[in-house]
Amino acid sequence: MAEATATQGEVRPLVPHLTLGETRDQDYLNGSVCKKCGTKYVGPRLFCGVCSSDGPFETIRLANTGTVHVWTIIHQATPYVQAPYIAAVVDLDGGGSVNTNIVGIEPKPENMKFGMRVKMFTEKVSEDREGNSYIAYRFTPIEGEN
Amino acid sequence: MREVAIVGISMIKFGRYADRDFAQLSAQAVLEALKDAGMEMKQIEALYSGNLYQTSGSGQRILQQIGQTGIPVVNVANACATGSTAFREAYFAVASGAYDVVMAVGSEQMGKQGLLGSRGDPATSLEGRVGSYMMPAVFGMAGMEHARKYGTKQEHFALASVKNHWHSTMNPLAQYQKESPLDEVLNSRMIAYPNTLLMCCPTGDGAAAAILTSMDKARQFTTQPIKVAASVLTSDPFTDRDLTLPDINTLTRNAAKLAYEQAGIGPEDLDQVELHDCFATAELLHYENLGLCGDGEAAMHVASGAPWLGNKIPTKYEEDVAPFRDKTYQPKTKAVVNASGGLLSKGHPLGATGVANIAEIVFHLRGQAGQRQVEGSKVGLAHVIGLCSACTIHILQK
Ligand SMILES: [Zn+2]
Repeated sequence: MAEATATQGEVRPLVPHLTLGETRDQDYLNGSVCKKCGTKYVGPRLFCGVCSSDGPFETIRLANTGTVHVWTIIHQATPYVQAPYIAAVVDLDGGGSVNTNIVGIEPKPENMKFGMRVKMFTEKVSEDREGNSYIAYRFTPIEGEN
Repeated sequence: MREVAIVGISMIKFGRYADRDFAQLSAQAVLEALKDAGMEMKQIEALYSGNLYQTSGSGQRILQQIGQTGIPVVNVANACATGSTAFREAYFAVASGAYDVVMAVGSEQMGKQGLLGSRGDPATSLEGRVGSYMMPAVFGMAGMEHARKYGTKQEHFALASVKNHWHSTMNPLAQYQKESPLDEVLNSRMIAYPNTLLMCCPTGDGAAAAILTSMDKARQFTTQPIKVAASVLTSDPFTDRDLTLPDINTLTRNAAKLAYEQAGIGPEDLDQVELHDCFATAELLHYENLGLCGDGEAAMHVASGAPWLGNKIPTKYEEDVAPFRDKTYQPKTKAVVNASGGLLSKGHPLGATGVANIAEIVFHLRGQAGQRQVEGSKVGLAHVIGLCSACTIHILQK
């Protein structure tokens, strides 16, 4: 590991629908809109699964706020992830839905509610053997809106 | 299209077979199905083999065990609907007139791996960092979507598990045959809310086989041919959250509608259903998806006793169920659900499940289901869903 961190790695988004800015507070979720049928997708698309065309697609910036559609609390997690944690589907304001972790709140059913208002932030979550860092987005409850 | 009948059927006991491989497990199922139909391997004109982990050559490897007759082999992989898709291909081979006698085999050897295994390079894996994509998360959230819409409680989902574990005590072929009262289900280790360990199907090994012929040939082999009255396969149509939260409902509803049309019956005509209860949450969603109750009625339906063997809550569980029962609810259908014990307790060796669900219905329609026999069963439905997403429905008639 010491060897890996010594090399100058790149900073990369963990998922293609996350666009990285100069600093972490400039990161945002990207989407694409099919100009033929108007379907809004999270992340880049080459083809449209609704109207069966190749677009064209307009790249858009998705909202960094939204509401919790559904959630679950994962107690048996994959080995490198700390459990329990909250996994959820968040509907973004203005359209688009994403899978995410909800953090900043104790993972207990009584703390969760459907429609909870949440806000996105990004952080480094991992590093590969070549020393590249990976940035992921997470959501946290918006104070004063729940 | 010709009418098609099942004339031979088998399922080996699901469990863990560390000393056998999937081809040997399948060979056992093949032998039992042949014996059931009074046939020899050389009478089989084509083989349709469903196996998910062994995507290439599974059928040929089975024939290497039990009879290399040189017949055409088609290997099928279609998520959890793998076995039932193989069955459907076999059905079409006979219905079209291409063959008169064919076999479908579903098999899997999962060992102890399976639904909770990690995927890919840990550094670039999304799992647990950008939500969860594993089956327990997907079906936990699918249940929570029902809770969001209708206020369904964790206990309601858990009742499906109590029921299926009870049913499995009467099925010698089930992987587990252990009763689990409500408090035991709720107090078992949490996996992904609201599903506890006893609300998740186990991994395991198994195989099942079916022999199909044209209906006009069926009586040469059996006095009790079982008619395949409907065979339907759907995939998931686009929904707004489709690529985020897999939609297990729409494709099941679409498949059910087509299947009832094909068979010329409705859900009220069903005596029993084997549905895809990979998690307890899924069972309740599919009551509604298959039309066994109205939308929003699944919680009341499971607590009414209707889907339990004998169409009532057994006396020993009455106290457990009472707080969750709505006395004003009148079930509109009488189908016993998952008399086998379901995936929750009978087990779910992925590729074997689709054929095993069909086998269970056949056992009942023939009156061979022993202690768990659904009295006078004449029509049954077998449902399977695999994620990303494939749904099969078969309706079988005496
Ligand atoms: Zn389009």
